[in-house]
Amino acid sequence: MTWIPEVASNLASKVDGVLLLITLMSLVFFILITVVLVYFAIKYRRKSEDEETPYITGSEPLEIIWTVIPSILLIVLFVYGYVVFKDMRTPPKDAVEISVQGKQWLWTFDYYNGKKTINELYVQYNRPVRLVMEAQDVLHSFFVPAFRVKQDLVPGRYTQLWFTPTKIGTFDIFCAEYCGTGHSAMLGKVIVLSPEAYEIWEKGVKVDEGVGVASLPPAELGAKIYKEKGCNACHSLDGSKIVGPSFKGIFGHPVELQDGSTVDVDENYIRQSILEPQAQVVKGFAPVMPSFKGILSDEDVTALVAYIKTLK
Amino acid sequence: MANHTIAHNVYVPFLEKKGILSWILTTDHKRIGIMYLISISFFFLVAGVFALLMRYELLTPASDFVQPHTYNVLFTLHGSIMVFFFIVPGLAASFGNFLIPLMIGAPDVAFPKLNLGSYWIYLLGAAIVLIALAKPADTGWTFYTPYSATTDTDVVLITLGVFVLGFSSILTGLNFIVTIHKMRAPGMTWHRLPLFIWASYATAILQLLATPVVGITLLLLITERTLGVGFFDPAKGGDPVLFQNFFWFYSHPAVYIMIIPAMGVISEIIPVFARKPIFGYKAIAYSSLGIAFISFLVWAHHMFTSGISDIAATIFSFLTFLVAIPTAIKVFNWTATLYKGSIHLHSAMLYALAFIFLFTIGGLTGLFLGALAADIHLHDTYFVVAHMHYVMIGGTVMGFFGALHFWYPKWFGRMFNETVAKIAWLFIFIGFNVTFFPQFFLGVQGMPRRYATYPPQFESLMSLSTYGSWILGFGIFIMTLNLIAGLINGEKAPQNPYGSLSLEWQVPSPPPLENFEEIPHVTDWSYGYGKKK
Repeated sequence: MTWIPEVASNLASKVDGVLLLITLMSLVFFILITVVLVYFAIKYRRKSEDEETPYITGSEPLEIIWTVIPSILLIVLFVYGYVVFKDMRTPPKDAVEISVQGKQWLWTFDYYNGKKTINELYVQYNRPVRLVMEAQDVLHSFFVPAFRVKQDLVPGRYTQLWFTPTKIGTFDIFCAEYCGTGHSAMLGKVIVLSPEAYEIWEKGVKVDEGVGVASLPPAELGAKIYKEKGCNACHSLDGSKIVGPSFKGIFGHPVELQDGSTVDVDENYIRQSILEPQAQVVKGFAPVMPSFKGILSDEDVTALVAYIKTLK
Repeated sequence: MANHTIAHNVYVPFLEKKGILSWILTTDHKRIGIMYLISISFFFLVAGVFALLMRYELLTPASDFVQPHTYNVLFTLHGSIMVFFFIVPGLAASFGNFLIPLMIGAPDVAFPKLNLGSYWIYLLGAAIVLIALAKPADTGWTFYTPYSATTDTDVVLITLGVFVLGFSSILTGLNFIVTIHKMRAPGMTWHRLPLFIWASYATAILQLLATPVVGITLLLLITERTLGVGFFDPAKGGDPVLFQNFFWFYSHPAVYIMIIPAMGVISEIIPVFARKPIFGYKAIAYSSLGIAFISFLVWAHHMFTSGISDIAATIFSFLTFLVAIPTAIKVFNWTATLYKGSIHLHSAMLYALAFIFLFTIGGLTGLFLGALAADIHLHDTYFVVAHMHYVMIGGTVMGFFGALHFWYPKWFGRMFNETVAKIAWLFIFIGFNVTFFPQFFLGVQGMPRRYATYPPQFESLMSLSTYGSWILGFGIFIMTLNLIAGLINGEKAPQNPYGSLSLEWQVPSPPPLENFEEIPHVTDWSYGYGKKK
């Protein structure tokens, strides 16, 4: 357990400076008031019923002192908060631009080279990034605690934020603005790659995603994809209805479609539902799923099918 | 109350009359105050149970007790019932009603029938919200668009209930303003008014001026949902951020509607139990008005990450720091009042001291959220949840509990068990801190609010917070039982058990129907404790 998330962007240490100064000032006032309060409450505790107390109604010098000193300190805090905020709101000219869409309940990222990812944002170590963001349905908020950045995504307008990653690794993305049933499942990762690894990723070669992914059995790989690509935000494993049909026991059974016809859930239906989700929508559900074409490879889809088969 | 023994020919306690009609048709401010007190306490307990259910779900990261949708409904109901049905009417409607005429030496409020009407409007609003529970909303108490315009839960009824409730608030505010202006006893000049009256006056101004805005906003939302007019939905040409501006234009002043009456309560309790004049009377009185005024100009500090312009964010950050100053002044003055006092740690005084301690934490953590760069990181995390509960429970609810224990003998003519009250206080104080203090750290570490499930790195602090909620719940349970037991078999209360100089303590307990046998002539302020040199 640490007090503060790791520092992984150029902005993080600046924000921490503001947090630290306010913490120190708050502690001084908090300790001052608490000590005086407890001291008075003990020292002046009533010892007999007929104790005499002095008639003191106030003190103008004291009122002036405890108005002016906090006012000056508050202005200092305001200015410091503003100065860092200005940095946070001013992206450098050479920042790499990535567009971000938030929708219930996943993140999609579109890169300058035509690449597209879901729930995983790939950025290069030490290279400034500017995110141009838009929500497709309701409000969302892009929040990376390790970078100390947060910005709401609003339908019908663009918002932006920027950062320079200063640490190689994987960091949490949270949706911070309440967006409905799947809000707490609208999670993603920022993956900060070294320049060499980023170059490989840019060219489209699959980056090693961790230990032994390639050697995982298909159903286990499918389980991993189910979580990492955000399937879990809409499709439950326990039969409950979130946004899409639950995966529990769905394989091998017929489902009713919007037009009243039925279709058997087999390998091809699942594959089609992933790549062209709007083609055959199950009755009672809205046609809101995005296509994963170009995002999931053939192996990924096969792995997901294998995983869904195991969910009896 | 039938066989009271106080020897006075014309003394008829206001509680004397029995029967349901003597309540629902009463225009007596003291009875209307009781009806509000029962209603808001009921909603406080109900919304508290929702909170306990939420915390129980959050004991572990997975969603294993209720489904995410149910969790979202729970926090929506917890927030909207606590805010609109407990804490906004809260102290102002219950203790404000009971105390304002008694403290200023008046037989009743200026418009007694309107006062009863306000209560009935409150009940109507509550009834509408209860109907809305059939398909409860899952929007959060803030009803942010476009989600609130598109979710298929019942947003219309609950917002309609809140809309109706707003009229109760507006009319009560109007009533109190006129009462304080026109009904003061001879000699009760503005600078002799008890500080609870100043606080009620500042609150009433906010109720009168701010509440219509939320009413209109919710009406626009209802229009959007039912008639499809696009005020806020960008798909129809509206602006979702506009809703936030409208909503917080009310809801930030509303924060002060909630807290200023509690500040008034503290200003009454401390001098009595310290036997000292209140320190800096004018500073406390005018800082209430100062807070009320500035509170209209800080609403967008809820929106620093919403996409508003950087210039707007900067101006609102500055104004937010300004509002901290009158608040700090109050805390310093209350603390200074204790100096060289003769302090009796009665349960009401313990709540008042807890208020100063907890509200100081609530206020100081507000500085983090007012500073632009820090707010960007902390906004919409558990830090905000913790801050807001330190102000609302640590502040308003401590003030409410303090008021309950302080004026209980006067209002009901009986005493509660003081030892049990102190034990309950201890549980509440510890439970509250165990519940909410860890949430500051959760927020700094990035745990977002309104999450039905959460990443495993937050589990230890989240479950600690849940354990705290059980201690807090237990404390409130004991306190409630103790206060109810006092009504049934408590000792008869004397007229003035604490030796207060305020007018309400100069009439029998419970007060007579007409308050004062004859309207008093006031010759001094109510804080003249101690020996004048």
